[in-house]
Amino acid sequence: MDKLNLEAFKRIVGEENVLTEKEELYCYSYDATPGYAHLPEAVVIPENVNQVSDIMKIANEHQIPVYPRGSGTNLSAGCVPLKGGIVLLMNRFNRIIDVDLENLVATTEPGVVVADLNSKVAEQGLIYPPDPGTVATATLGGTIAENAGGLRGLKYGVSKHYVMGLEVVLANGDILHTGGKNVKDVSGYDLTKLFTGSEGTLGVITKAILKLVPAPECRKSILAVFKNLDYAGRAVAGIIAAKIIPATLEIMDNATIRTVEDYAHVGLPIDAEAVLLIEVDGIAEVVAKEAEEVLRVLKENKADDIQLAKNDAERDQIWAARRAALPALAKLRPTTYVEDATVPRSKVPEFLRAVNKISKEYNVTIGTFGHAGDGNMHPTIVCDNRDEQEMVRVKKAMNAVFSAAIELGGTLSGEHGIGLGKLPWMEQQHGSKAMAAMRNIKRAMDPHLILNPGKLVGEC
Amino acid sequence: MDTVAAKDIQANDPTLLADIRDALANCMRCGNCMAVCPIYKETKNEASVARGKLALMEGMLSGDVEMSAGFDHVLGKCLCCKACAANCPCGVKADELIVRGRQAAVQARGLHPIKKAVFKLLSSRRLFDAALRTAGMFGPLSFKKVPGKVGAIARFPMPGIDRKRVTAPFAATPLRSKYPEVIKADHAKCKVAFFTGCTINYMYTDVGDSVINVLHHNDIEVVMPPEQHCCGTPVYVSGDKTLAETFAKHIIEVFGDCNVDYVVAACGSCAEALKLEYPRMFKNDPALYKKAQALAAKTYEISEFLVDVMPIRRDDLGEVKKTVTMHDPCHMARGIKVTEQPREILRSIPGLTFIEMKDAARCCGSGGSFSLANYPLSRKINDRKVKNIEASSAEIVATSCGTCRMHLTDGLEQNSVDASVVHVIQLLDASYKAAEGKA
Repeated sequence: MDKLNLEAFKRIVGEENVLTEKEELYCYSYDATPGYAHLPEAVVIPENVNQVSDIMKIANEHQIPVYPRGSGTNLSAGCVPLKGGIVLLMNRFNRIIDVDLENLVATTEPGVVVADLNSKVAEQGLIYPPDPGTVATATLGGTIAENAGGLRGLKYGVSKHYVMGLEVVLANGDILHTGGKNVKDVSGYDLTKLFTGSEGTLGVITKAILKLVPAPECRKSILAVFKNLDYAGRAVAGIIAAKIIPATLEIMDNATIRTVEDYAHVGLPIDAEAVLLIEVDGIAEVVAKEAEEVLRVLKENKADDIQLAKNDAERDQIWAARRAALPALAKLRPTTYVEDATVPRSKVPEFLRAVNKISKEYNVTIGTFGHAGDGNMHPTIVCDNRDEQEMVRVKKAMNAVFSAAIELGGTLSGEHGIGLGKLPWMEQQHGSKAMAAMRNIKRAMDPHLILNPGKLVGEC
Repeated sequence: MDTVAAKDIQANDPTLLADIRDALANCMRCGNCMAVCPIYKETKNEASVARGKLALMEGMLSGDVEMSAGFDHVLGKCLCCKACAANCPCGVKADELIVRGRQAAVQARGLHPIKKAVFKLLSSRRLFDAALRTAGMFGPLSFKKVPGKVGAIARFPMPGIDRKRVTAPFAATPLRSKYPEVIKADHAKCKVAFFTGCTINYMYTDVGDSVINVLHHNDIEVVMPPEQHCCGTPVYVSGDKTLAETFAKHIIEVFGDCNVDYVVAACGSCAEALKLEYPRMFKNDPALYKKAQALAAKTYEISEFLVDVMPIRRDDLGEVKKTVTMHDPCHMARGIKVTEQPREILRSIPGLTFIEMKDAARCCGSGGSFSLANYPLSRKINDRKVKNIEASSAEIVATSCGTCRMHLTDGLEQNSVDASVVHVIQLLDASYKAAEGKA
């Protein structure tokens, strides 16, 4: 990068907030996605919106690629500085500005860690529902940009359902405000939703107005074991058909069950084809009634074993099995690809079978677990990306998994985003016209293509 | 020579690097270590956290990064608190890998000149002893005591010590010189060798006194082998593998020749060295490994020993009317995993009110010599701990590590919090004394 630009960045944010040592740059060359890394030319760490605006003006003028980054925990290579340029590290934006109890809204900076917002609003009996597996590390800016979901997605939705307004710096440095605290707001194009999930390709989020909801006062957890996958699938459909929306309705396939049992010894039967983990939450009376209904549906659909947690310790035990799923799979091999292909929930058993078949066909280890209630599956491929031959098979298996999801009317991503990882299948899912529309939006907002270039919509 | 390319180092020591390569590959870059790393919490810089350090080491292996001064600097920013390893879903022992990285760096570039000088002194038991005795003798001239505490502030600027910082004064007489080599007990139930470690021998002799009193009170014969020396942990974590092995061999021989039933240490890091590090260090040397294993099998941290091995007398404990909280040193909590036993000792003391503080096992920010090189950062980490101590409203913080005690004492002083820091065993000693009417 031109020395003059570097000097300009230093003038804006201070010398100590521009990193250029190779060893430090190397630590910003990756995110949590295996297989992608590239050195940035500098890491620039602003602390307020005017600094971001000034940085963008220089970057835009000199066509320097800019990659906004929070904690770098995403699973789609969204933060990887693939074309050099600068990483715009946003974690100094770490203030929760206001918790407005009359409107149930929090105004916060994007560098705040999700769990920190949640512990702050928990004091008021509120929650910010999106809870990806990385809540303890991921920033709000990152989760909004990636439109992150989590375990409670079935009942509570994903990030886009909670972002009411944003402050965004555009590629040319313009600062704009979208949405606000209005519960009902149909004025103009919904720019808030456009930036939410835009993966840093349209603008830099510098502030967010977020919806909060009352914390559930009570919850009940249930674990059900199925020797037959079809019955598990029918049980999921049956629960929804009984007009119950659990906060969480999780499934683990046989490969995952065996791995978890081997690793954590939580007492899962290794011959089970599926385990369902269900949690209903809300007002005590309603929760009791819903739990009873869930038990009835499970029995009707021939669950081979059902456990209802009677206390917190038993609840923790049930969820220990689910929490162990990813670590247990990840420990099998050095490299772990956690995908998030999603299908309509009625298609979950069919999708799991397809993944199972793909795993055998390409001789690749895939454990699948995920959010059965909303169809968001996590086919998790474990391998060793230093083994070139194996990686050829992994790529083929990945292709087959995404194609299977699309054929079942599904989508490439339920909650992780597209980034680079799922780019090759975008056209297959959306078609050329929709892709052209998306690229037109990108070109209109970022004519010099400096914001996270090459991601989400690919080359423009 | 400023930098050495990775391939040259690899040619020097292929085994070391091959080991790192396989272990490093298991890090899946999830970043869970960011949630628990005390340094990352303050700096928010990816190079501060395990994920960044491991990535950098992989970069060094693949030839993308050279083993430069910058590489040393990044690897230096680690407290060895093991929080990352404990929180890693893939079971990657990042703390050990970082030490391995430091070893590679020392092989390639040598030790930092200051460390080199200090370790040279440390490597000669006689010289080290003489130096610290002299420091103890002249202590009052160079340090002034902090009233009511075992702590001191430098009277004039000293290299490596922040002007305002409260450190521990060197004892006028080292612990091992205050006592005979063998402290007999009538009707001794067993015989233990006391591994004093450096901080207890030269600074916190009060802890050593209490260890001896309590063991003696429980009819246990105590031996303090005069030839004992530093456990080698400061040298080991700095990456000087060869010197660390020399220390380990010396300790294994001195205590191996000792005809005792058990070995006790009153410091989590020393205990960890004897119990866990030495066998690991010599796993490829069958003869030494056997000796290291034998020593490891009979070594206990003092609280662990007095609860699990030789349960203490409880019929003659006197009242200690204090509210006490516990700080778990990293190497106790995540090293030898001894956290319940010190609490059990504290709870057994009549009149003592035990209050658990928030995040009791979070690192205090000392990290041994880390706090000398990075005092302002160490202070920030410690300030969080001090806040939790203050919120617990305890009068006394009990812990099991000399450097934790020193850093916590400094933190309480800097933040004007009225609480003192002692070793768990000192409270037990006080309880026995209270019953005897000596307190």
